[in-house]
Amino acid sequence: MQLSEAVLPAAPGALTLFRRRLARDPLAMLGLTLVAIVVFCGIFAPWIVPYDPFKLSIPDKLQPPSLTHWFGTDNLGRDIFSRIIMGSRIALSVGISTIGIALCIGISLGLIAGYGPRWLDNFLMLLFDSVYSFPTVIMGLTVATLLGASVTTLMFVVILVQTPAYARLTRTATLSLKNSEYVQAIRSLGASPFRIIAVHILPNVVGPLLIIASMDIPSVVALEAGLTYLGMGIPPPAPSWGRILQEGYNLIREAPWMVVAGGIPLIITTLGFTFLGESLRDMLDPRLRRIV
Amino acid sequence: MLLYALQRTGLAILICITSMVMLFSALKLIPGDPATIMLGARASAEMKARITEELGLNDPIPVQLATFFGRILQGNLGTDMWSQRPVTQIVLDNLPYTLVLIAAGLGWAALIGIPLGCYSAIRRNSFIDKFTAVISVGTISIPSFVVAIYLILFFAIELGWLPVIGAGERGDYLDQAVHLIMPAFALGLGWVGYLSRIVRASMLEVMGENHIRTARAFGLPEYRIVKSYALRIAILPTITLLAVAIGGLLSSAVFVEAIFARPGIGKLIVDAANMRNFPVVQGGVLTTVALFALAMPISDILIAWLDPRVRATL
Repeated sequence: MQLSEAVLPAAPGALTLFRRRLARDPLAMLGLTLVAIVVFCGIFAPWIVPYDPFKLSIPDKLQPPSLTHWFGTDNLGRDIFSRIIMGSRIALSVGISTIGIALCIGISLGLIAGYGPRWLDNFLMLLFDSVYSFPTVIMGLTVATLLGASVTTLMFVVILVQTPAYARLTRTATLSLKNSEYVQAIRSLGASPFRIIAVHILPNVVGPLLIIASMDIPSVVALEAGLTYLGMGIPPPAPSWGRILQEGYNLIREAPWMVVAGGIPLIITTLGFTFLGESLRDMLDPRLRRIV
Repeated sequence: MLLYALQRTGLAILICITSMVMLFSALKLIPGDPATIMLGARASAEMKARITEELGLNDPIPVQLATFFGRILQGNLGTDMWSQRPVTQIVLDNLPYTLVLIAAGLGWAALIGIPLGCYSAIRRNSFIDKFTAVISVGTISIPSFVVAIYLILFFAIELGWLPVIGAGERGDYLDQAVHLIMPAFALGLGWVGYLSRIVRASMLEVMGENHIRTARAFGLPEYRIVKSYALRIAILPTITLLAVAIGGLLSSAVFVEAIFARPGIGKLIVDAANMRNFPVVQGGVLTTVALFALAMPISDILIAWLDPRVRATL
């Protein structure tokens, strides 16, 4: 503890350097801006929507984009722009909460597999590989068939498919740390396995995993929209982006603006997080920076 | 080499078996009576009894598991509850469409992505290299179903150039090819970026190796060095990537098939899932898992066969 405090005063220099490098990278700045827009919409959605995203107004149905309705209205007269802003809240809350839970379970299982006995490691790895061998969407459809489509089912699916990836990464890191000198030293001092894992291995594993997990947010957002599009995700009338796309696809000839509007936030979110994540990874991984 | 091949295949089979057990236990673990879940709350008692009997749900669980494995080993994936057709037959009818779609999507992605990656590595920091880097990150991240819907809007609805629905007339290859253009494009777009990035990174690594320097010192033309000495090695990581990619491709294929109303495994599973037709979902899922699980050992063995350096370490 004292050591890290002693090191801290030097850290701002590295942080400033990092910030400068981020500002020099146009793609990173673009990514950061897009992510900021999405996160802002997600947090302040109820206060910034121009219309009530749930309010039906049949006389205004299927109006093309105009100054009053920027992205037009849908077949029930709801303002699509308001629904999209509200949708960012659903997308982000599903994305962040499921990844958070998957990360907790994945790290715990990975630590157990990496530090525990060999047979347990083999068993858990076989389990992870088997779950991993289900294509994500197909796993989602299977679970939705069994449990019925709902938000809980959707979250369960995302957690199920993300957990093995985090568990595997944690396991690999744990295996390499397990026999490192400092862990052997603590073990010889008589520390319990729980203490070794929780205090001495976990902090070294969490950092890189958090970056990887944040890069998974766009794929989870896309998975949520995709499963909702297929009718297996968030039920109506919630304004999920996948729902807006699906309703738009049914009216693609009469109201093409609906699918255009439904796709834009997905593109903004995925591009934003990916550009930002890629740049961050390149900056934080010097080995990669040298090659690329 | 033979031992290695057997080990890898054995692991794939083990993964298949575990997945089957997981699918089987999923059906047991869900709350409620499976027959009611499949048929809906309003189904008659006789129908429920018939389904329970057909699925063997009255037997003890170990017996059910044994029958389940026995049937699958005989290639019998069960019977569709609604059409009474064997699920194996339904899956086999749909599988070729998905395989053609995946092959076409990966095919055009490889044709563009691999040369692009090569060029980017050789002409590092050129305009094309930087442009490819941005475009590839962009295309990788955009979901295939958004691409598919925008393609339909632009090329089918606005311009009216390409057909939207189905896989084309049976036997009319030209019609089938025309129906394949948009789905294959939507499926492959992200892979252009993936492939070009992998090939670029691996080319850069190979181009710095000693044997390339030696080839240069001998005065071989650059074209020959790239084609015969660098690309041959640099291409290997793409084989592993493609094997891992099968899972992602199958997932994207689900969306693409559903959006273009194309027959295939993906659409089969979506339609069955919407009707909660579990035997068909199960059959389709097992087939995709088997495809994915077998792609891994095939790629490992292929790499060991192609790369003497890997073979030497076995």
